[in-house]
Amino acid sequence: MNYIEFLLWVRGPAFQIAIAVLVFGISFRLLEILLLGRSPEYAAPRGSAVWGGFRTLLTRTLSEESIFRRAPLVIIAGYVFHLGLFIVILLLVPHILVFKDLLGFSWSGLPTPLIDAIAVITLLALFILLINRIKHPVLRFLSTSADYFAWVITFLPLLTGYMAYHHMVNPYPFILGLHILSVEILMIFFPFTKLMHAFTLVIARWYNGANAGHKGVQA
Amino acid sequence: MSKYPTIGESLRHQGISRRDFLKFCTAVASIMALPAAMIPKIAEALEGTPKQSAIWLSFQECTGCTESLTRSHAPTLEGLILDLISLDYHHTLQAAAGTAAESAREAAMQGNKGNYLVIVDGSIPLGNLGYSTIAGISNVDMLKEVVAGAKAVVAVGTCAAYGGIPHAAPNPTGAVSVESLITDKPIINIPGCPPIPMVIAGVVAHFVTFGQLPHLDSLKRPLSFFGQTIHDRCYRRPFYDKGLFAESFDDEGAKQGWCLYKLGCKGPVTYNACATTKWNDGVSFPIESGHGCLGCSEPDFWDAGSFYKPLAVPISGVIKATTGYALAAGAAVGVASGAINRLKRYQARQDHETVTITDLERNPK
Repeated sequence: MNYIEFLLWVRGPAFQIAIAVLVFGISFRLLEILLLGRSPEYAAPRGSAVWGGFRTLLTRTLSEESIFRRAPLVIIAGYVFHLGLFIVILLLVPHILVFKDLLGFSWSGLPTPLIDAIAVITLLALFILLINRIKHPVLRFLSTSADYFAWVITFLPLLTGYMAYHHMVNPYPFILGLHILSVEILMIFFPFTKLMHAFTLVIARWYNGANAGHKGVQA
Repeated sequence: MSKYPTIGESLRHQGISRRDFLKFCTAVASIMALPAAMIPKIAEALEGTPKQSAIWLSFQECTGCTESLTRSHAPTLEGLILDLISLDYHHTLQAAAGTAAESAREAAMQGNKGNYLVIVDGSIPLGNLGYSTIAGISNVDMLKEVVAGAKAVVAVGTCAAYGGIPHAAPNPTGAVSVESLITDKPIINIPGCPPIPMVIAGVVAHFVTFGQLPHLDSLKRPLSFFGQTIHDRCYRRPFYDKGLFAESFDDEGAKQGWCLYKLGCKGPVTYNACATTKWNDGVSFPIESGHGCLGCSEPDFWDAGSFYKPLAVPISGVIKATTGYALAAGAAVGVASGAINRLKRYQARQDHETVTITDLERNPK
């Protein structure tokens, strides 16, 4: 297989497999969770569950001040890499073209050198978090191989994308193919790792918020 | 000794002056990216070298490659290159026909055994050997027979180099490239649909001058012409970096000459010299004419999805159906899993045994 055949494979059959697994996994896991249902609430409501749910969806986006003081690095780096990922994934022109092809609509992007700078910051933030995970005794104790695996499959698309843009590997079609492949690996494992939090965070926040709202207490 | 005149003799015979000859050597040096100090050496080598015998084999092709080489304005490098070689056999260009043509080929093969250059354009069908024959000889047989006594093989055009358009899915003739059939001779690929005439000329000049093929990349292409992508050398590259793209072929961006990436330009993954050597005597190249690069010098360019779909976009056209089936399958498995979980919960309730305080009391014996 030469590098062009590799590129055609990742743009063709491999993408087909990846998106099938991603969609299958997300629909399967979301339904599985939702069908668990909730245990009946026998207590008389002391507040609005719906309001509590919505409120918590928003309030959990910012961290509690006391929690922030205990681990500012983790929270700042966490924000940086999440926002960075959103910007890099959603606002780089070639990425937008993929979404346009899949979804049928598009939006405008940012200049590539700007995305490039954000990608570097995102990579650094992820790297800082990995170092912290390894150095921090409690965090290291709590970390499983699944945590490191999720980190690797998130880090690789960014790294290969950066390397492709800067032509750090020759020939270019090969590194472009590696970049697409790394995204496909991410897509395949996304629903079956903790990365699924991108979807389940809404369910979890709503569940806690609605529970607390029903009881009339702070979530 | 060879029956061929030396290149110097041949050029003088045509009334080409020493000055023109040195100019020609300068051009040869420059297209092969050699330093100026090499020019006298090239002149010396070409002066005394007999014309290189070359046999041109045309298989499943459209003659575009030959057109590319010959449709240049005379007198040019491409015209002069024919003075470097003795083109002993070429369907389209030779005057002889039928048996006379084939005997010219056989005579060249016998007279220069082990020393002639074979230039191939077109792919070779293996599906049915009768799909393409010359004088009753199948393409694969003729290739193997001619290449057996060759010094080197030059696969000209994407069809000869990688199978090209005949090789495109579903490949009805079972077309293959030269390098998939020939393993025991030096091969150089000069892909392109058609290839750049100056590149053909440069490679032949290099071979005649130095007696060997130039440095090649992983796809056996001469690095001096295929070392960089179209995108790397594209004059529209600054627009790509700024994020300025033509959205259609007649919008304001297109008129301003912005980057054609969104319109499907394959320049970023295409290695060729179009952006620097250009076409039609240096007039322009496709992107300069407002159309994206098709990637014609890369293997399987015909199977890389629509020419007008951006490079980043997945190739397959059935993604919507795949996604639909995956969604349905996921939902089905999700519902089944939900049912199993409910069953487990129900079972747990059924199995639950009520414990009273008396059960927990110690049995006083």
